[in-house]
Amino acid sequence: MRKQWGYPLTAIALSSSLVFTGCGSSESKTTSEVKPEAAAQTEQKTHAATTPELDAAIANYHKWVIEQTDLFVKATDGFTQAVKAGDIEAAKKQYAPARMYFERIEPIAESLGDFDPWLDAREGDVPAEEWRGYHRLEKALWETKSVAGQEKIADQLLQDAKQLRVKVESVEIDPLMLVTGAVELLNEVSSSKVTGEEERYSHTDLCDFAANVQGANEIFKVLQSSVANKDPELAKEIELRFQELDQALAPYQKEQDYVLYTELTEPEVKKLSQALDALAEPLSKMGTILGG
Amino acid sequence: MNRQTETSEKKLTRRDVLKMAGIGGIGLLVGAGGMKTFFPQPTQAEPSASAAASKGDYIPFYGKNQAGIITPMQDFISMAAFNLTTSSLADVRKLFQSWTLASARMTAGQPVDDEIENPHLPPVDTGESIGLAPMKLTITFGLGASFFDDRFGLKSKKPAPLVDMPRFNSDEINPDWSEGDIVVQVCADDPQVAFHAMRNLARIARGKAVLHWMQEGFQRTASADPSGSTPRNLLGFKDGTNNPIASEPKLADEIVWANSAESPSWMTGGTYMAMRRIRMRIEVWDRSSLEDQEATFGRHRHSGAPIGKSGEFDDLELGRKDSTGKPLIAPNSHVALAHMDGKVKILRRSYSYSNGMDVKTGQINAGLLFICFNRDPRKQFIPMQQKLASADRLNEYITHVGSGLYACLPGAREGGYIGDTLF
Repeated sequence: MRKQWGYPLTAIALSSSLVFTGCGSSESKTTSEVKPEAAAQTEQKTHAATTPELDAAIANYHKWVIEQTDLFVKATDGFTQAVKAGDIEAAKKQYAPARMYFERIEPIAESLGDFDPWLDAREGDVPAEEWRGYHRLEKALWETKSVAGQEKIADQLLQDAKQLRVKVESVEIDPLMLVTGAVELLNEVSSSKVTGEEERYSHTDLCDFAANVQGANEIFKVLQSSVANKDPELAKEIELRFQELDQALAPYQKEQDYVLYTELTEPEVKKLSQALDALAEPLSKMGTILGG
Repeated sequence: MNRQTETSEKKLTRRDVLKMAGIGGIGLLVGAGGMKTFFPQPTQAEPSASAAASKGDYIPFYGKNQAGIITPMQDFISMAAFNLTTSSLADVRKLFQSWTLASARMTAGQPVDDEIENPHLPPVDTGESIGLAPMKLTITFGLGASFFDDRFGLKSKKPAPLVDMPRFNSDEINPDWSEGDIVVQVCADDPQVAFHAMRNLARIARGKAVLHWMQEGFQRTASADPSGSTPRNLLGFKDGTNNPIASEPKLADEIVWANSAESPSWMTGGTYMAMRRIRMRIEVWDRSSLEDQEATFGRHRHSGAPIGKSGEFDDLELGRKDSTGKPLIAPNSHVALAHMDGKVKILRRSYSYSNGMDVKTGQINAGLLFICFNRDPRKQFIPMQQKLASADRLNEYITHVGSGLYACLPGAREGGYIGDTLF
């Protein structure tokens, strides 16, 4: 969440009672909630600049985005239930893992209107009376240490997540969005996660960090053959840098979670930041597949 | 220094003569002091990159020696050390090849490479030097001792003079501002031109090397002092009065350029750079009396003359005593110690720095980015610094907080690349 927004709340009530799956598990099984026609729909959205190869890439990516959003709704459901039940420990445990699904698809959510401010605004990003979403509950859980009176915020959060799922179904993705989205995900890391500013109270920034990188990697994977056709060296370099960044993050992973940002030393933060820049630089050249 | 190359020939010639008279035939020549002017002639039989300083504001990148060493000092510096993240020598070679091409273009006032006409791609050059003159840009590369560890199989190639810098008395060295696998010194007569070059080199390095430290520095600009007199450091004193005339080939060979007597053949045309980040206790200095300040340096502040004399370039005559029999220039003054009995010389090329305010103390965070070049630091910089560190009165007002020693590679010929004699 980066920009300033101020929008009235819109409530859409959908019901769902899905079970939460753990942090760091990007490979979690997809739910049966995926609408079968979802993938098919996207294939009709061919833009002038695309090619059959890029259309296929977009369709694959769209399918993955829908899967992630399903998991996001499910995890948000579990999280908000814990908040409403007043179970602070259970809610804290589910907070970061649930957010990771959103962090992986953040550029898509941002393209769909106000989901980013609704779901992901930090205190001060929006006028106080409009502040809602994950970070508001983060403050309650870690800072205020009480979730009393947060039921409405929790309900709203789940509704917002569900509405995102609805919108994602028909989102229009063009090749330029993919190419810039990958770099945007890494820029998100550079500007707030690597500085520890995203998760002020929970300090779970490394989960967001990993999720943003996974989201960028997913985009690269669907574009990889197009990049390789145009510039094999570039494709090889990006692949290598993703591996190196994974290796740089690996020491901080514990089971399905990551260590707290506050446990990192300054040299460790610097190393992660520089590994990220090493990846973002070649990744920013993926636009080469779009021609001049 | 800078444009003095063209304008102050007369004055330098006079100094030159004095100097040569004092030197005659000694192996290592001596002098404290930083940055007097050099003539822009080649120092060796073959033309060197640094030799072309007189051709407008463009200093060619290619040559027998790297530019930025005996080149007359430009107004600004941007300096950085990089640590390699790759462990492949092929990657290192590629990095230096890319850096060489980019440097040759940038020093000629061109963008880092031709732009690709694709609006979906980031621009190839970062753009802040578009339309700017080359401004005597030089880019100088060196290798730290850590470069010769086990990673690249070059352990046996490490030059003997590239030792680990010893710990000197009262050093407070911060590893974050010290050493590094590679050092890059960028100098130019314009701060934005210098910054642009360093930024683009760092960008090219991404994926192969990361910034380890970076520091910018300045001196009075040439336009503020068209006469090109000796610049002053931030303590207000002239710094570099006794710097050797590096444009004199014989002198440069004796003082600056690596010699096969102690260096491997791949270093022919190279040199060794010592870097010290010296924090100045500005506030404390400002409270000391003029008498104290002058006694600390061993020179008069206004004229730069040795204590008791009137001309900046007058002989020190360290033996002179006052009426009570005390030496006029204290034996522990900066100038007396750095003189090293006239037997050890280094080529100083230092810049002042200011990093704004020290957030902890609210004081000014400023000092000297000391840079010197020498043929064998074991016999030149290190013994000199040992002597200064042990007794210099100036130590009350300064702290060495960063340190590095680097083997500056020989120059490259067009078609070759910096480091090709080693890699």
